[in-house]
Amino acid sequence: MQLSLAGVGLSYNGRSVLQDVSFDLRTQESALLLGPSGSGKSSLINIICGLQTPDAGSVTLGDAQVAAGGVGDQVRRRSMGIIFQTLRLVSALSVKANLLLAQKLQNGAHDRSLIDATLERLEIAHLTDSRPHELSRGEAQRAAIARALVVKPALLIADEPTSALDSTNTQRVAELLIEASQEAGASLLVATHDDRLKPYFQRALTIEDGRVVG
Amino acid sequence: MISLALAYLRDRPLTTALNVLLLAISVAMLVLLLQFSTQATERFERDAEGVDLVVGAKGSPLQLILSSIFHVDQPTGNLPYSSLELLRRDPAVARAVPLALGDNFQGFRIVGTDASFSDLYDTELSEGRAFDGEMEAVLGASVAAQTGAELGQKFVGSHGLEDGEDGDQGHDHAPFETVGILKPTGTVVDRLILTSYQTVWHVHGIEHAHYDGGDHEHEAHDEEGHGHDDDHDTDAEHAHDGTEPTDAFSEQADILQAQGNGLEQELTALLVTYRNASGAVRIPSLINRQTEMQSAVPAQETARLLELLGASIEGIRLFAWLLALTGGLAIFVALLNMARSREADLALLRVMGASRVQVFATVIMEGVLTAALGAVIGWIAAHIALMVAQSSFATLADLGLKAWQPVSAEGMLIVAVLCIGALAALIPAMRVYNIDPARILARS
Repeated sequence: MQLSLAGVGLSYNGRSVLQDVSFDLRTQESALLLGPSGSGKSSLINIICGLQTPDAGSVTLGDAQVAAGGVGDQVRRRSMGIIFQTLRLVSALSVKANLLLAQKLQNGAHDRSLIDATLERLEIAHLTDSRPHELSRGEAQRAAIARALVVKPALLIADEPTSALDSTNTQRVAELLIEASQEAGASLLVATHDDRLKPYFQRALTIEDGRVVG
Repeated sequence: MISLALAYLRDRPLTTALNVLLLAISVAMLVLLLQFSTQATERFERDAEGVDLVVGAKGSPLQLILSSIFHVDQPTGNLPYSSLELLRRDPAVARAVPLALGDNFQGFRIVGTDASFSDLYDTELSEGRAFDGEMEAVLGASVAAQTGAELGQKFVGSHGLEDGEDGDQGHDHAPFETVGILKPTGTVVDRLILTSYQTVWHVHGIEHAHYDGGDHEHEAHDEEGHGHDDDHDTDAEHAHDGTEPTDAFSEQADILQAQGNGLEQELTALLVTYRNASGAVRIPSLINRQTEMQSAVPAQETARLLELLGASIEGIRLFAWLLALTGGLAIFVALLNMARSREADLALLRVMGASRVQVFATVIMEGVLTAALGAVIGWIAAHIALMVAQSSFATLADLGLKAWQPVSAEGMLIVAVLCIGALAALIPAMRVYNIDPARILARS
């Protein structure tokens, strides 16, 4: 499912955060959105996820227009798996219950075999019943990836997934995201300031001062 | 979303337990009050049904009603037997049921009466037959069930109306024989032992004419020179038509007054049903003014009793509702704190695709589930308390209080408590509804 951005613009209190951002991410393509802190990449991710409404331009995923509000909820629920740096899991639920909830929110049904297989694949099957506060940072990150994958997303989005990880774990997470998205047949868009990830992705888009410059 | 709300409740067990406890205590108090007032009122109405007036010895009218209709207090004294005939002769009286009290068997009152008692309470036999001769007794359904008595079994009554009262004064010389067992009536009759009033006299060594099994004591009437046809079905059979009975009644009352002190054949009370409205106007005032007896109207005395109880019940009810509101306030504070501390979780739910309404519903659900848990625990606790109280306090057992009899108003009460839970969750839920995940993401 292709993601298309056309002329996306956003400003806060008169200050321009994003200006005329346009690019396409083809089906099953993986791309890196590279930029330093404050470059506007998190705002762009929020807009792509339908959590924020742009002042100008449009975002479409397949045939669906993504916008904040009801439509955004629907597209996000049905077609996206999202991994954030800090918001990983619902604190009151076990790892497995988090994954079940994600599936339930998506289509009202559970696929327990997919959950078990994903947990196995991410090597956290032994943490099924653990609560989020019992997990290490790396384990929590893998659990968040599992949560994003068990909804069989058409577009997998990750915002700073390797922040505060050492190089070994950074490489491991990058490989994991690439493999998982390929197995799921999903497109992959990762926003990061860490250019060590560049070699793993098919494309890299650089964002500076709210503009895609390369 | 229910499982998520439950998970959040489990996540803060102490707060949840305290909120549930507050609501459970208030619900238990309200259910207890509701059960007591509803069952007592229903019972009072059932027991007093068909009785327009109670006639007894002078004293407290409330005590007279309690002892003669509800059988939970001591009688005010005795009446001469001739008072029964006096009332039965009055054309405005459709029925006068004699009661002779004084003894009990294992705490169940033995009531001396005649066949008119069965007419009044519309009793039916489940086994055996009605009492016919002396020392024959018919047991109420609860008496039979609790004592295990069977037909043909003999038992000895004890003096006094409560179990153990004057326990050393058993009537070993005059054992009763069980000849019948009544079907349950849901009235005080279930807890009574019925026999003829002549039997009560016999047990207490009072001379009397022998019981002939009929409704009235013709021999006794004849002795008093009041021979008449006892059939009161038509006013025409009487010398007067009930419109100008005052003189005749007064005359009889004077005779009764003159003879009263010398009579040994006594009754405890009379339960009177009027034939027409004129009885309600005339008879009570005549009895109260022209005889040594008193009359009491069950409806008035029951209303007075409920009024006396009412102030205390209302006070406790108000306290219980305040407690319920405190529970609601505690839920409100807990959920408001939750809405602040759990912002990240709620934002994640929105990121996962939950709509604003779903997140809103999760918080409302937490309030409602807390209230529901409190309501269910409170309801069960109240009924267990009723069960324990019923087996521990004889008066409650005498009132026929049932521990597990649902009252429709309980449903309303539980709905009201659920509404308190939902209302308490409303403001926190609205805060959550307005959460902006992008803002929280930016902040985190």
